[in-house]
Amino acid sequence: MRTDRRGFLGLIACVGVAAVLPWRPAHALDANGAHALIDRSLEEVYQVINSGQPAAQMYQQFEAIFARYADVDVIARSALGPAARQADAAEFAAYRQAFQGYVGRKYGARFREFIGSRIEVTGARPLKSFFAVTSVAHLNGRAPMEVEWHVSNRSGQDLYFNIIIEGVNMLASERAEIGAMLARERGSLPALTAALQQAG
Amino acid sequence: MTVSHRRPILSVLLACALLAACSPAPAPQTATPQGIDINDPFEAQNRRVHAFNKGLDARVIAPVANRLRGSGERAPRDPDAPIGPLQMVINAGRNLSLPVKSVNGLLQGRPRDAGANLTRFAVNSTVGLGGIFDPATDSFGLSERDTDFGETLAVWGVPEGAYLELPVLGPSTQRDAVGQVVDLLIDPLYHLLDGREAGAVFGLRVASKAGDRARFGDTVDGILRGSADSYAQTRLIWLMNRRHDLGESGDDYDPYDDAQVLDPYEN
Repeated sequence: MRTDRRGFLGLIACVGVAAVLPWRPAHALDANGAHALIDRSLEEVYQVINSGQPAAQMYQQFEAIFARYADVDVIARSALGPAARQADAAEFAAYRQAFQGYVGRKYGARFREFIGSRIEVTGARPLKSFFAVTSVAHLNGRAPMEVEWHVSNRSGQDLYFNIIIEGVNMLASERAEIGAMLARERGSLPALTAALQQAG
Repeated sequence: MTVSHRRPILSVLLACALLAACSPAPAPQTATPQGIDINDPFEAQNRRVHAFNKGLDARVIAPVANRLRGSGERAPRDPDAPIGPLQMVINAGRNLSLPVKSVNGLLQGRPRDAGANLTRFAVNSTVGLGGIFDPATDSFGLSERDTDFGETLAVWGVPEGAYLELPVLGPSTQRDAVGQVVDLLIDPLYHLLDGREAGAVFGLRVASKAGDRARFGDTVDGILRGSADSYAQTRLIWLMNRRHDLGESGDDYDPYDDAQVLDPYEN
């Protein structure tokens, strides 16, 4: 009886707490939220760029930022193509982890060219089922570049899933690249994973 | 070489390019899963040219570029610091490309772009000491409107045609290959200058392109040497960027609706 009562009281307390907490409708993403996500992500990236750490440490931190703000799962799936649907769960998880590290190194090496630059987030608009956040990258001695980020909440969280730099779409180029690597490994996902751990 | 001597050569080049552009391409149009159309009926030939270009880049262009870059140009620069010799060459060469860009702006029915490029040319050629400096951007906020005859053809409704990788010049399409030849023919500088001056202008513009390669070499190296299939990667990136510049990009891709990679019944 006592335990029951305690359970009941506990339940009441939970309901009370839940009522006090701001109720979040199933991840309502809006333009402001998408804009803020990219602002935060860029702020963290520039902190790393300006930290002057050794490259290897920077790449690890880029990987962590990528994992925090991007939908790594859908990006990794899209890059792998139809093989993603046939993949064994454990093999896919290992591939996804290797892919994340590869992105951190490959794009990290590019980010180092961004020292002394700035990226200004200029707006956000709804597009299809997601949001497009527009920004302009100001690099030394180069015409400003348009960089667009596609942000979605369809993973259950607000995350970006594509970056388009002057029309060059990251998902499309990684699909071609990972596809070529998979073909080179004769379609073996574990072999691709091993190659990705070395690449980038 | 005088202008009148050069014209027949250019005319022959133009005729060849036009023939290439008009030859009935079998056009097996394929699309990437992200909806980017790739029309590459000459892939076998293009891949041979790519292998040649890649070798040229590794043996000649990259070593020269790295030497040029060795003079500290690669390090992040304080925007107020004086520019180095490499940037001066890039600026001067780009400045000389402005008159033909202005002509193209007019042909495209974009007089404002034409005017901006012409004003830039006037300001930078004088105040900017022959285009070495860029006061048009720095003091007047007048940036370049990059264009070429390939874009003019696109504005006129000429289709892109097949993808081509040209020796030395790199990625192109049938439409852009014609554009590159026509740009040489309609460039007012080559009509106004005598042979030696025109040669100097041409040399400086080539040097400027090489300078760009030196400055942004890391990116090029990454694609050429770091890629599992550098031909396919170069083709895709170049086409996406070119179509973006010309306002011919396709539809935006949504991976969450891609049944090829996500099980639609899972969500």
